[in-house]
Amino acid sequence: MNEQIEKWDLEIKPKSSLFSIDINELIQHRDLIMMFVKRDFSTVYKQTILGPLWFFIQPIFTTVMFTIVFARIANIGTDDIPPLLFYLSGITIWNYFSDCLINTSDTFVKNANIFGKVYFPRLIVPISVVISNLMKFGVQMILFLMAYFYYIIFTKTPVHPNSTLLLLPVLIFIMGVFGLGLGMIVSALTTKYRDLKFLITFGVQLLMYAVPIIYPLSYVSPKKRWIMELNPMTSVIETFKYSFIGKGTFSINALAISFIASIIILLLGTLIFNKVEKRFMDTV
Amino acid sequence: MSTVIKVQDISKLYQLGQIGSGTLSRDLNRWWAKVRGKEDPFLKVGEVNNRAVKGNSEFIWSLKDINFEVQQGEVLGIIGKNGAGKSTLLKILSRITAPTTGVVNAKGRIASLLEVGTGFHPDLTGKENIYLNGAILGMRKAEIKRKFDEIVDFAGVARYVDTPVKRYSSGMMVRLGFAVAAYLEAEILVVDEVLAVGDAEFQNKAVGKMHDISSEGGRTVLFVSHNMSSVKSLCTRGMLLKHGGIDFMGDVSTTIDKYLTGDNDMADSGIIPIDLPREFWTGEARYLKVALKEISKEENKNEFYYRSSFIVELELEVLKEINDAVIQIMVGTFDGVRIVYHDSSKEYPKGVKFKQGKYKIKTFINEHMLPGSYSIYLGLTHTDRKTIEWIDRAYDFHILRTSYNPDEHYRWRNVWGYVLNDEPIEIKAL
Repeated sequence: MNEQIEKWDLEIKPKSSLFSIDINELIQHRDLIMMFVKRDFSTVYKQTILGPLWFFIQPIFTTVMFTIVFARIANIGTDDIPPLLFYLSGITIWNYFSDCLINTSDTFVKNANIFGKVYFPRLIVPISVVISNLMKFGVQMILFLMAYFYYIIFTKTPVHPNSTLLLLPVLIFIMGVFGLGLGMIVSALTTKYRDLKFLITFGVQLLMYAVPIIYPLSYVSPKKRWIMELNPMTSVIETFKYSFIGKGTFSINALAISFIASIIILLLGTLIFNKVEKRFMDTV
Repeated sequence: MSTVIKVQDISKLYQLGQIGSGTLSRDLNRWWAKVRGKEDPFLKVGEVNNRAVKGNSEFIWSLKDINFEVQQGEVLGIIGKNGAGKSTLLKILSRITAPTTGVVNAKGRIASLLEVGTGFHPDLTGKENIYLNGAILGMRKAEIKRKFDEIVDFAGVARYVDTPVKRYSSGMMVRLGFAVAAYLEAEILVVDEVLAVGDAEFQNKAVGKMHDISSEGGRTVLFVSHNMSSVKSLCTRGMLLKHGGIDFMGDVSTTIDKYLTGDNDMADSGIIPIDLPREFWTGEARYLKVALKEISKEENKNEFYYRSSFIVELELEVLKEINDAVIQIMVGTFDGVRIVYHDSSKEYPKGVKFKQGKYKIKTFINEHMLPGSYSIYLGLTHTDRKTIEWIDRAYDFHILRTSYNPDEHYRWRNVWGYVLNDEPIEIKAL
């Protein structure tokens, strides 16, 4: 008997190894990722009058609200940064983060119909959510830049962009990795424990107060800052403000910690996601 | 031919009842058991998937120890009752859910078509949805672009490609969805009952397309359906699932017959139970027995030689006097197509007069049925066609390929019809 050594292209097994992500498969499906991004992006404001303008309206109004409530009424300082810029920069980044969390938290429940009928790497969903949110972030950056250049050109407010601007790609990388990692964890867990979805919708609102958006990090005593810096978003926001405006707290250590923390989150996300992925459909 | 799918010891365990509340505590429990090296406390192994019987565990084997292989170019029809495990098997093969145990190996891409138009977004136009749906099914953008015109043409929605699909009629949606899937270039295609949609013209088109897929280019198709005639016409091999296991695997017609025969005691014995749930019954009379016999022989048979005639004997019990009865005796297929019709109105144009009591009714069937499995259907009506009694599939019988006369054996591989016409065919040159 010739012991048959057969070559199979595909193997379906009960379990896959813990950290394995089939990158090839993801690359094969890159068109699908883009298609999902396009779908998310172009269907949000279909049949609305203002259309894509909505991307700007939300941050503008929030910024105005924050300026009135926190800067004027509550008199919370902004590190000498013009309040409008201070809040707008925080909100732009925070929006990205909260959208990532909220959108990934229910994708599996929302797309259960598709997942029940066809296979593609499930990871594509959180990835496409992160990408479309990054694009939305890009669009909202335009708003920020418009306000930013207005301050540079038309006012005498001290705004000093500096060399840390070069770190911007790193910031976006941390945001992407952190968003994806959290997205994987959240989307994996919400399929089974739907309570998490409620937790997340109001948790994100509460969490905003634990990040220097409505107050500068310098308000927090240096001894306790590390607690806030555990959240990668803290130093992303601080570094962002520092590099564009030149005021605020910047620490390369904090940024490094954020970097590592976001990678750990991504690994943890992969672990949980892999564990749950194959059985999504039985529990959704 | 080479094996393209190899399924080894596939089983799938499902949790019954409510999933949700209590799962966290259950997960913790399970985890704690695992830490201590104990067996999963919630896994009670060994319960068979039979939805009619109430088990005592919360888990059920939807599939148990499935083993089979599929060769390249084969069209495998998977049939079985609701809940036999067909969909679970398809879900595992198309990687929608993972098996609890076992391994499936496959060569080439597996594309699954379990629903038409998966992932259509109502706000996107037909064109955008073709791309989206194609990508979801695993096509590359360039591939879709190349086939775009053909897809639109096949679906027949050229006028509407730039309209959001929420404005489509449901039939148009289905056409579009099927068209995209039909142009998939996967080596293995897993198809659930998606053909049961659309109008007749489109259904024919769809079945034709499926034929092409399997016959051209030797692609392999796994097809699940409750529609026996489409299984019969499409598939080269059949698999019958029962209670989560493979009950039978072999050529299509045998599989279908096994499935349709099922656990039908009445059709095997010919004895019609008095308490048979009848759809139409006036209580005036009921059939008690059916028997088939070879001519001039006494014992009952359910297998007859090809080109032989046979006797049908019925026993009828009349409970109330009837003045105008018509006896109907029919031969049909297991899935309800009646082929031969025969009634008593020729001999009794004004109806049969029955007094209370039991009667024996006898007739011949001279039609030469082609080899296959058939069943006797019985009816009793008034002359105004009001039904008194009606019995579906009262007795099953089979026509063999062999004949009394060795020259007259049925020699063809396929059976193209139900009834043989034995008249000579004349040919003249013009």
